Amino acid sequence: MRKDGKKIPDASEGDGEAPPNELRTVSRRALITGAAATAGSVMTVGAARGLGIEQSSLDPTRVPGERPVEVGSRSPFETPGKQLSGSAGGSSRTPHHELHGILTPADLHFERHHHGIPQIDPTQYRLLIHGMVDRPTLFTLDDLKRFPQVARLHFIECSGNGGAGSRTDANPRMSPQAMDGLLSTSEWSGVALATLFEEVGAHSDATWFLAEGSDAAVMSRSIPMEKAWDDAMIAYGQNGEAIRPEQGYPARLFLPGWEGNTSVKWVRRLELSDRPFMSREETSKYSDPILGGKARLFSFVMDAKSLITYPVYPDRLTSSGFVEISGYAWTGRGVIDRVEISTDGGGTWADAVLQEPVLPKCTTRFRYAWDWDGRPAHLMSRAIDETGYIQPTLEQITDVRGPGTRYHYNSIRGWRVNSNGSVEFQPPA
Amino acid sequence: MRSSSRYGLRAHHLAVFVSALFSVWACGVNEGGPEDPGEPTLSWTNPGSSAAPFPSGQGGRYGFGSPASVTDIAVWDIDISPNGAGLPSGGSTVTEGLKVYQKKCMACHGPTGTEGPFDVLAGRVPGDEFQFAEDRSLRSTVGSYWPFATTLFDYTRRAMPFDFPGSLSDEEVYGVVGAMLFLNDLLPEDAVVDSATVAEIIMPARDRFIPDDRTGGPIIR
Repeated sequence: MRKDGKKIPDASEGDGEAPPNELRTVSRRALITGAAATAGSVMTVGAARGLGIEQSSLDPTRVPGERPVEVGSRSPFETPGKQLSGSAGGSSRTPHHELHGILTPADLHFERHHHGIPQIDPTQYRLLIHGMVDRPTLFTLDDLKRFPQVARLHFIECSGNGGAGSRTDANPRMSPQAMDGLLSTSEWSGVALATLFEEVGAHSDATWFLAEGSDAAVMSRSIPMEKAWDDAMIAYGQNGEAIRPEQGYPARLFLPGWEGNTSVKWVRRLELSDRPFMSREETSKYSDPILGGKARLFSFVMDAKSLITYPVYPDRLTSSGFVEISGYAWTGRGVIDRVEISTDGGGTWADAVLQEPVLPKCTTRFRYAWDWDGRPAHLMSRAIDETGYIQPTLEQITDVRGPGTRYHYNSIRGWRVNSNGSVEFQPPA
Repeated sequence: MRSSSRYGLRAHHLAVFVSALFSVWACGVNEGGPEDPGEPTLSWTNPGSSAAPFPSGQGGRYGFGSPASVTDIAVWDIDISPNGAGLPSGGSTVTEGLKVYQKKCMACHGPTGTEGPFDVLAGRVPGDEFQFAEDRSLRSTVGSYWPFATTLFDYTRRAMPFDFPGSLSDEEVYGVVGAMLFLNDLLPEDAVVDSATVAEIIMPARDRFIPDDRTGGPIIR
């Protein structure tokens, strides 16, 4: 899908976390190493000209291929990478513009930690469930894996995602990775939290539970019990393999559709209670100031949002004619019902095609066939979910929440296509 | 493609916990649960759970896991509730706390808690107004934004100082909490700090927090 270079300038604006602010330089080392591996038996295309192939390039039909490998790796010609923001409390962002479909490769899944990535020996792992239960219980990782398994595809998004694009002075040279890279989608496997809570005899008058991680921040969040009976899980698998350390190895809480911070990684303890615990992350952070001298507490659900991933900054369209506008849409409230595309700055809208599968609380890939006439255009996408919620403009959000509100930055993104084919971020007027 | 039709209903969940679904604390959310209590909820279906739940023995349990003793629980049960539950015995003073602060906290948070370079901890707004939505430049300090002092104890003990997390003694945590409250003009410099102090102090922002009223549908909130 991608049609030009891979150097991605970062955002210069923050979004609630330390923003990346330097060029991600693409190492050519892997490329060179890959080429050198077969350089001992260079065969060129030969005398026959044609096909538009450089004469110096290797002819793979004249060289025995490589053997199978224990662990595969990407083509040395493919070098996607996450954008980093340095510190142990920092983040890394998924390169949306270099991905196809809806799944995020595990090694490109975004990260947001509150005190770095802990190293946990799975044989020493324990999950403690206690509080308002009949039987306080310790589960080993093997214990967790003996329960009936569930596996589903879900997005997870940091509720600070998109802050840099949700400002009237947003940097126009911002890729979807820089702007909304704190979103990823995986197949998550594990045990339904309801199964575990039944196993320990959760009291019917327990209304909240505390989820606590074993990172250096001992990150903790209060979660309503209704989420446990709905679709919460303790996940130990991601895209078919064990969850990566950055994603909570060996086990994490996973709360489909809710702000990423609540899906506590490296989870070690669940305490059932009849009240929320008011942890630092749910009060002084991850609460949303709104107009009238108030702030929303426990703003869990991620509302509908969509993101064009082609064409976007730093793409450059090379000719007029057919351009497939593509991206994804998601909502924490169920399934995406529709995605609409505008190429004239929001004057008119038309339905995009939703690519199956369209799953609840999961990214849905959309596509729109656009016939570019070569003149300046202003591309936008907006998601409509099954509740009838229509992805709002930034103005709609700030009108009701105020310009200083934080988190849940799901306003419509826009991309200006210039007559020379360059593309820049430009939100709706 | 409605989600509710794609997954089975665990009827006994609803039967047993229907009261829990609607008796969450006032700040509870409706979004995570079924939009319509009359409809089947989006729920996991485990093998065999539709007709006869698989674990027919052991009181309907699988029997995996081992009992956690009081000692096991005590090792990890470090959370402090807003009513003070979980606060340890003992205490300290603001004066002692300022010494700990200068030694272990000041490098990141500044001599008076206002200088950074990391989180700005101290500072009040005139009249304790709460204009964070109106004014993006306001810093959410302990004195202007944090609703509970118990959170301060809980977080400081579990996660601070950043380079040696969890290394402070309970006495040191009481002192540092007292120092932070003093730096926010919420305690006098000669104050003693103990569980009663931390549980009973009314923080300026205590009543500023409201439930999430977003519900999906056409209205933007």
